[in-house]
Amino acid sequence: MRIKEHPILEFSLGKKIKFTFDGKEMEGYEGEPVAASLVAAGIKVLSKSIKYHRPRGFFCAIGKCSSCLMKVNGIPNIRTCVTKLEEGMKVEIQKGKGDFN
Amino acid sequence: MKEADIAIIGGGPAGLSAAIYAASLGAKVTLIDDGLELGGQLIKQTHKFFGSEKQFAGIRGIEIAKKMIEDIKGHDNIEVIANATVTGYYEDEVITIVQGVNGDILKKLKANRIILTTGASENMLPFVNNDLPGVYGAGAVQTLMNLYGVVPGNNILMIGAGNIGLIVSYQLLQAGIKVAAIVEALPRIGGYLVHASKIRRLGVPIYTSHTLKEVYGTDCVEKAVISKINQNFEFIPGTEKELEVDTICLAVGLSPLSDLLWQAGCQMKYVPQLCGYVALRDDNMKTTKEKIYIAGDVAGIEEASSAMLEGQIAGLNAAVSLGYECDNYKEQDKKLKVELKELRDNPLSEEIKIGIEKALIREGRD
Repeated sequence: MRIKEHPILEFSLGKKIKFTFDGKEMEGYEGEPVAASLVAAGIKVLSKSIKYHRPRGFFCAIGKCSSCLMKVNGIPNIRTCVTKLEEGMKVEIQKGKGDFN
Repeated sequence: MKEADIAIIGGGPAGLSAAIYAASLGAKVTLIDDGLELGGQLIKQTHKFFGSEKQFAGIRGIEIAKKMIEDIKGHDNIEVIANATVTGYYEDEVITIVQGVNGDILKKLKANRIILTTGASENMLPFVNNDLPGVYGAGAVQTLMNLYGVVPGNNILMIGAGNIGLIVSYQLLQAGIKVAAIVEALPRIGGYLVHASKIRRLGVPIYTSHTLKEVYGTDCVEKAVISKINQNFEFIPGTEKELEVDTICLAVGLSPLSDLLWQAGCQMKYVPQLCGYVALRDDNMKTTKEKIYIAGDVAGIEEASSAMLEGQIAGLNAAVSLGYECDNYKEQDKKLKVELKELRDNPLSEEIKIGIEKALIREGRD
């Protein structure tokens, strides 16, 4: 969900663009963090812990905690909270430590 | 290898201030920041600042950041390396910088002076299921909501009634998001009462001497259990309360982000009033390493106004130590230090002042 009205802030959002999350088509705004687009679209689980596969979500937002590491355009372990969304990006939940397949 | 007079690591209030001051004296500055945008925490702060008038009191954090970022961009002798992480410190003031989405660009920078303004990281709280999605740091909630206009959750439980917990709660309410309650482990509210009163007037209960015991949910937070605690911070059985919330916002303090200072071999000291290990420094903000300066939260957790002043003091003194001239240096230096002292001259800064005394090196002072 997006904030519709705010007493102080005006959000200068980029162009509305399309990307995919685990094959599903999604919408977000160009230049915002990939993880923010996902949270706005109601996606809570961004990764699974390596050993026990526990769900992990958005946590620190500054590229420090590794909770949002995902596979982006085939490359694993991308910190999606500090990676800007681009048109046609392919975002996936990665398995374990990630692979390039 | 790139070269600079002064490398500044971290583009928050302290780093921006240090860069502007040093560059205005002629020093060639490289500013490295790991965020998607410059400004550190300032760019999320919608509230008006207290403190010194010269340090932007009465102005919103976002406006202060905008002005400083403009100043930085207008300076020919400041180079900004954005969205990049400094991964190591080597002898002779060489630092390695990793940049790029995939971390595939490696740069080396040699600087004559380093000003470390890396800020702080948020503290974690132990409770059952604290790794569930829906548990956020307060900084992350601010990023989502104030920078990108994204709703972090629909019903929030705030943990911590310090200034961050109170201010972020108010920001959530401003954005039209429900705050179920604020929980504080201490028997009293830590932040400014003016913030607490505003929130209470809007009907949000603040439970002191309470903490979060556990959260439940399948794939994300669906329920939280809070409990009263005694003066030894132990749960009091039978006092548990269940809250139907989908988001936990942790505002349980910050720790100085001092890894590079350890690596550089600066003399470090644990100072509880400054919230962790900090580098010993003189009143010019110089550490025990001749060429390394610090400013802002990495020097001790405080707030943005003092971070900006420390940044200016470090920027001025690092530049002057390299031979750059400042008209009436002594007067300028003294003015900044007096202003910082005045800023801390209030009852809420008592702990900070004790902490700074413990971290201060007095040698060589007149």
